[in-house]
Amino acid sequence: MDEARMIRRGLGPRLWLAGGWLLLALLAAIFAPLVAPQDPLAQDLMLERLPPFWMSGAEPGYWLGTDSLGRDLLSRLIFGGRIAFVVAFAAAFAACLVGSTLGLIAGYFGGWADRIISRIVDIWMAFPPVLFAILLVAVLGTGLSSVIIAIAVIDWTRFCRVIRAETMGQSRMDYVENARIAGYGRIGIMLREVLPNVVPSIVALLSLEMGIAVIVEAILSFVNLSISTDDPTWGGIIAEGRLSIHQAWWVLVFPLITLILTVLSFSQFGEALRARFDPVLR
Amino acid sequence: MSATCLEIRNLSAVLANGQRVLRSVSLAVEPGEVRALVGESGAGKTMIGKAVLGVLPLSVRIVEGDMLLEGENLGRLSPKARRTLIGTRTALIPQDPLTALNPSRRIGPQMTDRLVRILGWNGERADQRIRQLLEEVQIRDPDRVLKSYPHELSGGMRQRVLIAAAFAAEPRLIVADEPTTALDVTVQKQILRLIAQLQREHGTAILFVTHDLGVVAKISQKVSVLYAGKVVEEAETAALFAAPQHPYTRALMAATPRYTDPLASLKPVDEAVLAGLAAEIAAADRAWRPRHG
Repeated sequence: MDEARMIRRGLGPRLWLAGGWLLLALLAAIFAPLVAPQDPLAQDLMLERLPPFWMSGAEPGYWLGTDSLGRDLLSRLIFGGRIAFVVAFAAAFAACLVGSTLGLIAGYFGGWADRIISRIVDIWMAFPPVLFAILLVAVLGTGLSSVIIAIAVIDWTRFCRVIRAETMGQSRMDYVENARIAGYGRIGIMLREVLPNVVPSIVALLSLEMGIAVIVEAILSFVNLSISTDDPTWGGIIAEGRLSIHQAWWVLVFPLITLILTVLSFSQFGEALRARFDPVLR
Repeated sequence: MSATCLEIRNLSAVLANGQRVLRSVSLAVEPGEVRALVGESGAGKTMIGKAVLGVLPLSVRIVEGDMLLEGENLGRLSPKARRTLIGTRTALIPQDPLTALNPSRRIGPQMTDRLVRILGWNGERADQRIRQLLEEVQIRDPDRVLKSYPHELSGGMRQRVLIAAAFAAEPRLIVADEPTTALDVTVQKQILRLIAQLQREHGTAILFVTHDLGVVAKISQKVSVLYAGKVVEEAETAALFAAPQHPYTRALMAATPRYTDPLASLKPVDEAVLAGLAAEIAAADRAWRPRHG
C-alpha cells in the first residue's frame, strides 16, 4: 500500500502526462485516416495560410490552420506522426538489441571481448552523429528503412556503453559469484542472473532512444533526406514552416510543440518505467 | 567414504605483478569438522576460501599446490567436472547478505533454482526442502519470505535465507566467509548459533573464515592462524587458546578487546612481532621457487 502510494505521488503525474500524450499521439497516428479532419496532401490555394481556430479568419474544420499551399496543418501533423512512431519504435528496438547484447557481453565477460567492443564504441562515437546519419542516408538512399537503419547503426553505442557499465557493476556482486559456485554456466548466469538486473536501464534507455529517433528523423526530413517528399513528416513541416514564419507562424510552431512534447514524453516515460521496473526503487 | 573433506597442500598464489598472496598454505578439514581460518585483513583467508570454491579473481593465479575435495584433486579435473564437483559438494555462506542475493528475483525461485538445476530435483521436492530449511533457520513465515524480494528483508533475515540455501543441497563442505561481519552485534550472535546448530545437525564440515577470535572460540574445533598468506600456527581450538605457541598468535589474542576495560585492552599487535614475521616471510620468499608455474 505504501509503495503504491509512493509511486502515485512521486511519479504519478509524470507517468500519466507523458504516457497520456504518447498514447494520444500514437492512437491518432494509427487511426490517422479516420481522425484526420482533412486529406493531408490536398492543396487548395483558396485556403492558403488560414490561421488556427481561435483567430479571426479561421475556417471550421481547419483547427490548426493551413500552410502556404492550403494543406490542413493538423492532418499533416497526424499523418507525420505515423512516420515518427514507426521510426521511433523500429530504430530504437534495433539499436537496443545490438547495443544491449554487445554491452552485456563486454560487461560480463570482460577481458578481450570488452577491449574489442569498447574500442569499437570509442571509434564509433568519434563521428558526429548527425553528420554520420546524413552520410549513411546519402549512401543508403532515402526511404523509411534507410532512416531506421541509419539511426540504429549510429545509436547502438548509447546502449552498449550504459549496459556494459551496469553489467560490470552487477557482475561484481556476490550473487553472481554464488551462481558460479553453484556451477551454473557463464551464459546462463549472464542471461538469468545479470540480465534481469539491467532490464530497468534498458527500458529507460529504450524510451529515451525513441525520443532521440524522433528528433533524428525530424532532422533528416528537415534537410530533405528522410523519405519521399510527398508524405508529411514533422521535420518536413518544420522546414516548410521556417520559410513562411512571418506570414504563418503556426506552420512552424505547432510541429515544434508536437515534436518537443513527444520527445519530452518519451524521456519522462522512460524514467517512470525504470522506477516501476526496478525492484529496489519500487 | 571417509576421505578428508578438504585437503590443501602447499598452495601458493601470486598476483599479476608477481607478489605472493598465499605462501605454501597447507590445511585439512575432516568431515563434519569446523576449521577456523583467522587472521587480519589482507592475510589471505578469504583468498583460500575463493580458491577452494574456484572463484578466485582473474588477477590471482595459483602457481603451486593441490586442493583435494573429498579425495578428488581439483587441479586434475576438467573445468566442467570441477564445476560440477564444487557445485554439488560445496556451498558458500557469504560475508555480505546484501549483495549475495539477486535483487531482481524473488527468494523462493532463487533458492529452489539450484536444487532443481544442479541436483536435478523436481520443483515440489525442492520447494519442500527449502521450506524445511527455512524452518530450521527459524523463519516463522516462510510463505511471505519466499515471495519477497531480497530488499524487503532485513540483513539478519537475508543471512538466514543464505544459510538455509547453503545447507539445502546437503553439501559436504561449506565455506563461511565472515558470515557475521556485516550484521549488527545482537544479530551476529543468533546467526552464529544458528550456523553452529545446523552444522551439528547436518554434520557438514565448515571452513570458517573470520578475524574474530571470539567467534573462533565459539564455533571451531581447529584453527589455522594466517599472516600475510602464510599459516603461522595450527592447533586444536582449545589448545590454541590455552597455550598459543607463535608470538603472532599471542599478540593477536592480546589485541582482542575485553569488556571489563575496553579502551585499555585495545592494543595493536606488537611491532617487534610483526618485524620478526616480515623477516621470516622475506627469507622464505627468497628461498621459494614455484615447482610448476
